[in-house]
Amino acid sequence: MGVALKTLTGNYAVATAVKLARVNVISAYPITPQTTIVEKLAEMVELGELKADMIRVESEHSALAAVYGAASGGARAFTATSSHGLLYMHEMLWWVAGSRIPVVMAVVTRTIGPPWNIWTDHSDVMDQRDTGWLITFTENNQETLDETIKLFRITEDERVFLPGIVTLDAFILSHTTEPVDVPDQSLVDAFLPPRKQPYVFRAGEPIIMGNIPRDLKWNMMMREDIDKAMERAKKVIEEADLLWGKLVGRRYGGLTECYRCEDAKHFIIGVGAWVGDMREAVDYLREKLGLRVGLIKIRYFRPFPREDIIKWLNNAMSAVVFDRSVSPSAGGPIFVEVLASLASAGVRTPVRGVIAGLAGVDVTPEDIANAVLTSVSEAEELGTFKQSVLWFYGGE
Amino acid sequence: MSDESVLPLARPMIGVSGKTGSWRLQRPLYDSSKCIKCRLCWLYCPDSTIDINEGSADFITINYDYCKGCGICSNVCPTKAITMAPEG
Repeated sequence: MGVALKTLTGNYAVATAVKLARVNVISAYPITPQTTIVEKLAEMVELGELKADMIRVESEHSALAAVYGAASGGARAFTATSSHGLLYMHEMLWWVAGSRIPVVMAVVTRTIGPPWNIWTDHSDVMDQRDTGWLITFTENNQETLDETIKLFRITEDERVFLPGIVTLDAFILSHTTEPVDVPDQSLVDAFLPPRKQPYVFRAGEPIIMGNIPRDLKWNMMMREDIDKAMERAKKVIEEADLLWGKLVGRRYGGLTECYRCEDAKHFIIGVGAWVGDMREAVDYLREKLGLRVGLIKIRYFRPFPREDIIKWLNNAMSAVVFDRSVSPSAGGPIFVEVLASLASAGVRTPVRGVIAGLAGVDVTPEDIANAVLTSVSEAEELGTFKQSVLWFYGGE
Repeated sequence: MSDESVLPLARPMIGVSGKTGSWRLQRPLYDSSKCIKCRLCWLYCPDSTIDINEGSADFITINYDYCKGCGICSNVCPTKAITMAPEG
């Protein structure tokens, strides 16, 4: 099959994927826990294993600006960051998406201060959800590597032409070593066509990007077009999953994966590394307690898998959504969007939003099973939830 | 360019905002006898209103249709071959 098993941290899996994607330009500013991604890439460039320009900059805002400039000029470009670095970049995220220039960025999800904290939660990336970037969450280092490679193909597809973020949880993936199948360069070359983008800035062919339009409706139409492109990306993501599956023998599903859902009446919904813990919780609840529980793993938060959520929860008895971030007074962002999806289709399945694992607070499979068990009992008894949003700290 | 996407792109053209020379409060005046042909004025003009005339007696021409009179050319000129005079 042309694959070789290596032991890689999540960060090295990203660096390896970026090298296999033959990226031309890399720029980044160091921040824990992202730093070893670009350190590894710098080493690859230094050793001549990767023919790319490494641009050193004084901030994350400049890092994305440099990558954006390179990408506008036709380069396949990459950056990576975390937490406060991502927030500092925030303005440039709008510029990149608004100008429809494909760029891939890795975000090692980390808590935002104050107080200072380096552990994982999803507040940093959720802060980017309205920018127009695709956002994918990964569960293990293999998926991190695969999804990073795929994201180059997806973002450079003419039906999409939007930038994309691949996330991996701080330390749980970024600094944890796992066996990873590293595909042959020839397979990645077969998977990734030459870079496409809607336009290229070239010397001698002046074009202006971002001038004030004469008619404000054009401005609004550009925003609508990003919305449409995000919808079109759903099919492109599925196609990429299929093609990658054919080449390397690994398929994850498109926007979602449903684990043990065939006869499920109650559902757990989650994103990122703790989906692995949720699988254990599902196995426990099914095998020890005989509960018909399934797990919806949201792989892509943008585009949001509205149709999948409606399909799986249409006849369900309850769903528990685990969010690792919160929009104060509104609940977790995944919870809110699951509810909106169901409401748009008139589905009245009771949904509870559990806010847990913020600031890196550890949540074990047992904690998840306990939280779900309480909710399942309540839903079966009352057919509804007395309290829709719960702050859950785990433990006894 | 892609047909699929609505893009925030424009092509530059001359005078898209009208003849901006009417905004001018001060007029740059060129004295060819002092000019050493260094091209700094041409390089610095933020509106590209200075043209170079290779081999002519007047080495530069200022396009007063679009010159806004900012005075940068006069400021960078090492021999004061460009001076600013109030508009009448």
